[in-house]
Amino acid sequence: MSIFSTKKSWINLTIWVLIIALIIAAPSLLPVFRLNLLGRYLSLAIVALGVDLIWGFTGMLSLGQGIFFALGGYCAAMFLQLNSSGEFPNGIPEFFGLYGVEKLPFFWEPFKSSIFTLISIWLLPAIIAGLLGYLVFRNRIKGVYFSILTQAALLVFFNFFNGQQKLINGTNGLKTDVTQLFGQMVGSEIMQRWFFWISAILVILAWFFARWIVRDRFGNILIGIRDDEARVRFTGYNPVIFKTIIFSIAGGLAGISGALYTVQSGIVSPQFMTVPFSIEMVVWVAVGGRGTLLGAILGAVLINYAKSLVSEALPASWMFIQGGLFILVVTALPEGVLGWIQKGGLKKVLFLIGINKKLETYPSLEVNEQGEVKS
Amino acid sequence: MSSPLLELKQISVSFEGFLALRDLNLVLNKGDLRAVIGPNGAGKTTFLDVITGKVSPTKGDVIFKEKSLLGQKEFRIARKGIGRKFQSPRIFENLSVQENLALSVSRPKTPFSLLIDNLKVKHLDEIQHLMSIVNLQSKANIRAGSLSHGQKQWLEIAMLVGQDPDLLLVDEPVAGLTDEETDLTADLLKSLAGDHTVLVIDHDMEFIRRLDCPVSVLHQGHVLKEGSMSEIQKDPLVIEVYLGQSEEEE
Repeated sequence: MSIFSTKKSWINLTIWVLIIALIIAAPSLLPVFRLNLLGRYLSLAIVALGVDLIWGFTGMLSLGQGIFFALGGYCAAMFLQLNSSGEFPNGIPEFFGLYGVEKLPFFWEPFKSSIFTLISIWLLPAIIAGLLGYLVFRNRIKGVYFSILTQAALLVFFNFFNGQQKLINGTNGLKTDVTQLFGQMVGSEIMQRWFFWISAILVILAWFFARWIVRDRFGNILIGIRDDEARVRFTGYNPVIFKTIIFSIAGGLAGISGALYTVQSGIVSPQFMTVPFSIEMVVWVAVGGRGTLLGAILGAVLINYAKSLVSEALPASWMFIQGGLFILVVTALPEGVLGWIQKGGLKKVLFLIGINKKLETYPSLEVNEQGEVKS
Repeated sequence: MSSPLLELKQISVSFEGFLALRDLNLVLNKGDLRAVIGPNGAGKTTFLDVITGKVSPTKGDVIFKEKSLLGQKEFRIARKGIGRKFQSPRIFENLSVQENLALSVSRPKTPFSLLIDNLKVKHLDEIQHLMSIVNLQSKANIRAGSLSHGQKQWLEIAMLVGQDPDLLLVDEPVAGLTDEETDLTADLLKSLAGDHTVLVIDHDMEFIRRLDCPVSVLHQGHVLKEGSMSEIQKDPLVIEVYLGQSEEEE
């Protein structure tokens, strides 16, 4: 009962081989600046996987994933700040001095522990997403209302974090590049190379995890909720629980993504919770291919790489290109680039330019020796 | 005979002053096959909504297996053993036939079980059996959305049976089916009665006649008449509100 037909798995396998080859080759091919960018974009692919789970599979368009992304980033940054604040007055991070704070706010305390930090990076966003999700889903808020609500929540978090100088340095955010980890500067080349590897491995693990979730009946229920929630209910399943779980998982993935992004970009700030950034996450998935998982990774990495290349060449034009790309995908390739390729889009192009003679108009059935349709 | 499987007591439903159902009473015993007919707007679908928990009645009570269903969530009512087929076929179009049925036969219906457990052999056999009942074995791995209308109706009925409910509520199962498919559906429903209790709602008189079972006529939200098809057809009141109309249309 595989979701993928053979053709699809070949395409996916090819893409995976390319991705792995790229990851292995990148550290020796790319200068550290480019490698660092690639590492950041790989970490963004993790939040995109979460968006694909909740939007592509379950049909819930969240415009507030920035909340969970930023929370993961703040968890990591708080730990790093504390880890290297020994030489500062009062033994607390330097920025507190600017606002006359002498005692560490209570919620910073547990972040002195590395284990607590490693857990809270994904667990804290997951819990908050779970709580928020449960309240929303229990009241059967869905569709556009859900999207608006998540965006409103994002603005609430943004404004809160932006205004709390004395707690988390407000709009300035928390810098991580000059902090210490394992006796090394986090912004140093050697650390950045490590973070690249960690991001690459975590993207792959996150993909396996997401794949495991959607592989069988659990994933089918998510698709069922997307296509006909009432039918799910009348079949005896409680959609609220499923939606809460998947939203919570997406939140956890966003947290991991945010933490990795923070240590590689050197700072976490309320800018992670701006409205356009959370919408961009949705665009990556839409362009890559909704409901394909691999498409989310491709979308996040390729669009962001394109963004940095275009921005370097033509600084003002990226927003237009991104907007155009989104419109193009929505109108011409509603299933995203990967979805389009999987449905035989390349063959169609070959046919149109006259290389391929035959065009499949009906999906072909695989038949075994007895003439029965194969699984 | 023990107490009835399902009992509707004095059910009224009002939508902003409009009474969709008024003082509706109905009793179904275990193993019954019952047809409910009535002109458009008689409250047939609302009446299923009340049983399945989609609409809560303004007044009255629904007793299933000696317990009230009022105020319970749809999925809980479904788990208690009430399956519902909708008017237009509602299946999971993006899943295969087999995957659709797997969701319906899975037990327990908790997220953890779906994620961790493999489908039991018993359930796989059941899926095969269900597909053979509705003649969909050859379509096991076809996307349900690409089935014909009649096949979708049957898949939904098979999903219903897969839930192993005590009570099957079937809303217009033959809408849009060919005559041959209609006959097959009637036979299928008749064969399900006995093991299950089946309540069928439909307009199609030929189909109801073929079911050969007691009929309740619904009119303006309450039961106008109950009896066999031949009794119903002779009743002057029924002829006036329902059969008369349909003959004029023909």
